[in-house]
Amino acid sequence: MQLTRRKVLGLTAGAAVFAIAGVRISPALASAEDTEKMVMEFAGGATPAEGKITLTAPEIAENGNTVPISVSVESVMEGDDLVESVIIFAEGNPSPTVATFHFTEMSGEALATTRMRLAKTQNVIAVAKMKDGSFYMDKKQVKVTIGGCGG
Amino acid sequence: MASKPRIKVPKSASAGEVITIKTLISHEMESGQRKDKDGNPIPRQIINKFTCTFEGQLVFECDLDPAISANPYFEFNAKVPASGTFQFTWLDDDGSVYEAEAPIEVK
Repeated sequence: MQLTRRKVLGLTAGAAVFAIAGVRISPALASAEDTEKMVMEFAGGATPAEGKITLTAPEIAENGNTVPISVSVESVMEGDDLVESVIIFAEGNPSPTVATFHFTEMSGEALATTRMRLAKTQNVIAVAKMKDGSFYMDKKQVKVTIGGCGG
Repeated sequence: MASKPRIKVPKSASAGEVITIKTLISHEMESGQRKDKDGNPIPRQIINKFTCTFEGQLVFECDLDPAISANPYFEFNAKVPASGTFQFTWLDDDGSVYEAEAPIEVK
């Protein structure tokens, strides 16, 4: 195929339109990879193990504006067997971090419940940091009928 | 911006018992993601930190991000070593501090 001036112009114009449309269409939502990176960062480069931590979230959330979530971590909360913090991520939100809970021996039990916003159907991830330096993680998918970040 | 917080702490407990505390505060939790009707972004204003202490000792703390729903609600546990008072603090992006406390008696 011979590359004529007309063809080149047409192609570049097409590509430009595509580029603009691409930027417009993709909303500023985080991706699973971004979240994975943040999980790794929180866990100091390690991949958190499964188990010990339980994330409770509804399978289907009708209203993404207020989704109840609950985390609990198996621990006696004394000495070295202590949960220092639990961080919650939402993969598909504009900004993946949701909340960080900090526990102490005075907490008695590593358990917390709150309500969060979800922009769309996505995975919610909870990572626990233990005092002995280990990390545990749990993941739940929540289907969202009406997103909670629009406006 | 925020109204009087609501707190649920049992009136009494036995020494060393682990109790459940529930808190709720009215707050818009403006995420900074929304736009007004002219298309201008509405600036973020949220409560960014919640702290619960017992007689000055930290019990539970939470860093909040804009993904926390309006009127932030928390449910968590606390060990009660002796009679005393739980203090609760919410920090707003604009620098305001909302405070509340609840006494508990050990029988």
